[in-house]
Amino acid sequence: MSDAVQAKVAEVVPHVHEEPSFWRRYVFSTDHKVIAKQYLTLGLLWALAGGLMAYMMRWQLAWPETPVPLFRWVPEPFMYDGAMGPEFYNALVTLHGTIMVFFVAMPVLLAAFGNFLIPLMVGAQDMAFPRLNMLSVWVFALASLVLFVSFFVPGGAASAGWTGYPPLSARVEYTGVGWGLNLWLLALALEFASFLMGGINFLTTAINLRAPGLSMFRLPLFVWMQMIAAVLFMLSVGPLIAGAIMLLMDRLLGTTFYLPAGGGDPLLWQHLFWFFGHPEVYVILLPGLGIVLEIIAVFSRKPVFAYRGIIYATIIAGILSFIVWAHHQFISGIDPRLAMPFSVTTILISVPFAFVIFAMIATLWKGSIHLTTPMLFALGTLANFILGGVTGIFNGSAPVDIYIHDTYFVVAHFHYTLFSITVLGGFAGLYYWFPKMFGRLLHETLGKVHFWLTIVFFNSAFIPMHFVGVGGMMRRIANPLQYEFLQPLQPLNVWITVSVILLLLSQIPFVVNFVWSLVAGVQAERNPWRANTLEWSAPSPPPHGNFETVPVVYRGPYEYSLPGSVQDWLPQDCEASPRAAAARA
Amino acid sequence: MLSWLPENVSTYGADIDSLFTLIYYITGIAFLLAEGLLLLFLLLYRRRQGHGATYVAGDRLGELAWVLVPCALVLALDLWIDARGAETWAKVKGSAPPADVRVRVVGKQFNWEVFYPGPDGVWDTADDRRLENELHVPVGKVVEVLLESQDVIHSFFLPHLRLKQDAVPGRKIPAWFVATKPGRYEIPCAELCGFGHSGMKGWLTVHTSEEYSAWVQRQWATFPHAPATAPAVPRLARTQDATQTKERDSSDSSLFLERRRRERG
Repeated sequence: MSDAVQAKVAEVVPHVHEEPSFWRRYVFSTDHKVIAKQYLTLGLLWALAGGLMAYMMRWQLAWPETPVPLFRWVPEPFMYDGAMGPEFYNALVTLHGTIMVFFVAMPVLLAAFGNFLIPLMVGAQDMAFPRLNMLSVWVFALASLVLFVSFFVPGGAASAGWTGYPPLSARVEYTGVGWGLNLWLLALALEFASFLMGGINFLTTAINLRAPGLSMFRLPLFVWMQMIAAVLFMLSVGPLIAGAIMLLMDRLLGTTFYLPAGGGDPLLWQHLFWFFGHPEVYVILLPGLGIVLEIIAVFSRKPVFAYRGIIYATIIAGILSFIVWAHHQFISGIDPRLAMPFSVTTILISVPFAFVIFAMIATLWKGSIHLTTPMLFALGTLANFILGGVTGIFNGSAPVDIYIHDTYFVVAHFHYTLFSITVLGGFAGLYYWFPKMFGRLLHETLGKVHFWLTIVFFNSAFIPMHFVGVGGMMRRIANPLQYEFLQPLQPLNVWITVSVILLLLSQIPFVVNFVWSLVAGVQAERNPWRANTLEWSAPSPPPHGNFETVPVVYRGPYEYSLPGSVQDWLPQDCEASPRAAAARA
Repeated sequence: MLSWLPENVSTYGADIDSLFTLIYYITGIAFLLAEGLLLLFLLLYRRRQGHGATYVAGDRLGELAWVLVPCALVLALDLWIDARGAETWAKVKGSAPPADVRVRVVGKQFNWEVFYPGPDGVWDTADDRRLENELHVPVGKVVEVLLESQDVIHSFFLPHLRLKQDAVPGRKIPAWFVATKPGRYEIPCAELCGFGHSGMKGWLTVHTSEEYSAWVQRQWATFPHAPATAPAVPRLARTQDATQTKERDSSDSSLFLERRRRERG
């Protein structure tokens, strides 16, 4: 089956052609690796924008209504000589969330790594639908453009929160934002369309284009995680698209789906949004976990502990993620009797994830742990994600949520999960696969400096944020000094802001490393980390078409330190039996 | 971390805090164990010359037990937290005790409007009172708050009483509390509700019972004997009646709003 499809693909999309022009090579390319880099570039640019927004917000929270350094050039009515009004703060809150989730985490973790790695890891020449793949990145670029433009339309950018709750988001007069919010919705819709195309491609490629011998249970866990993420995304996004269309109709055509005055109900949106929202969290989380699992196995020189168990646990967590959505709505006015069932499912989801976390820790047990930069970032992801996991229990417990809902405790919680997965996990993947992507190694020492600075200032910023939340500080307020009961928390807010500024500055070593290594880094060999998965059998960087010959797979992806073998790795496409390999070495 | 909680001044607040504490210790210990094990393995199994890794695939039941038993423990702790949670939830959100004082709180951009039914205890009669951003209650009495919203979603937050409830347009959502200590406590809005969200707040004044009686006397001095048969007046019409006595709170948000309105002409 897979052979036939590959032959078909080769026929439809000939990969052997003359030197393509610059435009066909870097811009209008159907090569999954170029598309991955396009997603990565857009994602990193948006990360810079989202990070600067975080800086502006934190400045405002520490020293409200004072000029934000470096931003005095922003014109009125956004900022007044560098000081921001509440409208602009609300826009920053909204766009920081939207950008980091939909325009950084998804394009980097899902699209960039998924596009680059899935065909390589399954031993295919390209994605199953290369032209659809190109369309997906261009639709994403269009979404990016629409979101960018939304800052500059009269009335300013969307300011109803990244969750866009109506009625606030449903009528212009409630926020004063007109086309800013319409364009925000349009950008999201385009983004979803782009990722639907991506999801179809990921699934088809992983299922139909596997190399001979590569059975489903020989796939690297990263591919499994991407597949489960794609299924979760495709099953959950429909209701949100429907919801977004209704919201756009409320705004533009005067319908009243969410307005009680016309028979609508604001809670309808919340149900549709969060039905998507929780699976969406795992759409981001799972590729990150996949990256971490690959790296931990390679640098422990051991098989991933309980390979199949991890797959089953992830599928169970994925199914559970569809029946937890109302944990965002314990105090939204739903029938209080509904809260406990959702609270129970929410807290139960900790069991499959505990399995995955424990399996990761067990992978380290009796390993031969090599603390390279990618391994440090992978371990940092794991260590910090655990804290994000346990604080989820507080939020999931309905009575405790009465108090901490919509406070900074929630903000601290989801930054521990999303920052560790997206930023730390993303960096782990980038340091690990950079040699395969660009044919050169990143500088190790600079990478380790980057790691330690990031870890220290991330924790220094976000641990105290839990305390601020326990102190009762609400999310999305522009000025905590307006409240008497928050006065004692202000020194913490200043501390957090200083830490966030240092955290952002800590990314400079990465930028230097990235640019310098791209031009002058050490040339990477084919398999610099001595890893087993198929991408390391292709040249670094792989040419258009990836492999010289179609690889044949003989074993699972994590056969490290096999007893009786002299070398401690055994590539999936290495024909020799362990004994023979040992003899040959 | 728990020392950052504001002082609790409500009856069920103590239950919520004790559940918070329970989860804090359970997850705290689990967190330290997991991180400790992670660190221990990193120290014990750093790469050394001549010591390779041991091949453990973790696919046999004997090996899997090392992961499955801790998972079973997580499940047991989860169920414990759920059971305690259900108990507390039933107490806070189950059937509310009979109300001694009933108020209606209406959120609007960017104020809390507080309505009292007056001495007759009946809504929409002539002795109703409307206050802006001021809620007065007696200590130790069951207060029922019926939450509504005129425009967007707001969230009625009493941090010191561990009470938070969204006010949703089109719905009347009941909440209740019993304050245990006289004093003045802030009532911020906890749901993003527009540009005046930050600073949208009211004040809860918890009176001793004598003080509360005196406050009631003052408020309804002009209606010593409210006629029980007073015709019901539509609320909207009455709230626009300028002759109605009302307490005006010059909170930041309302001032801000007026300033903005002037600026925008």
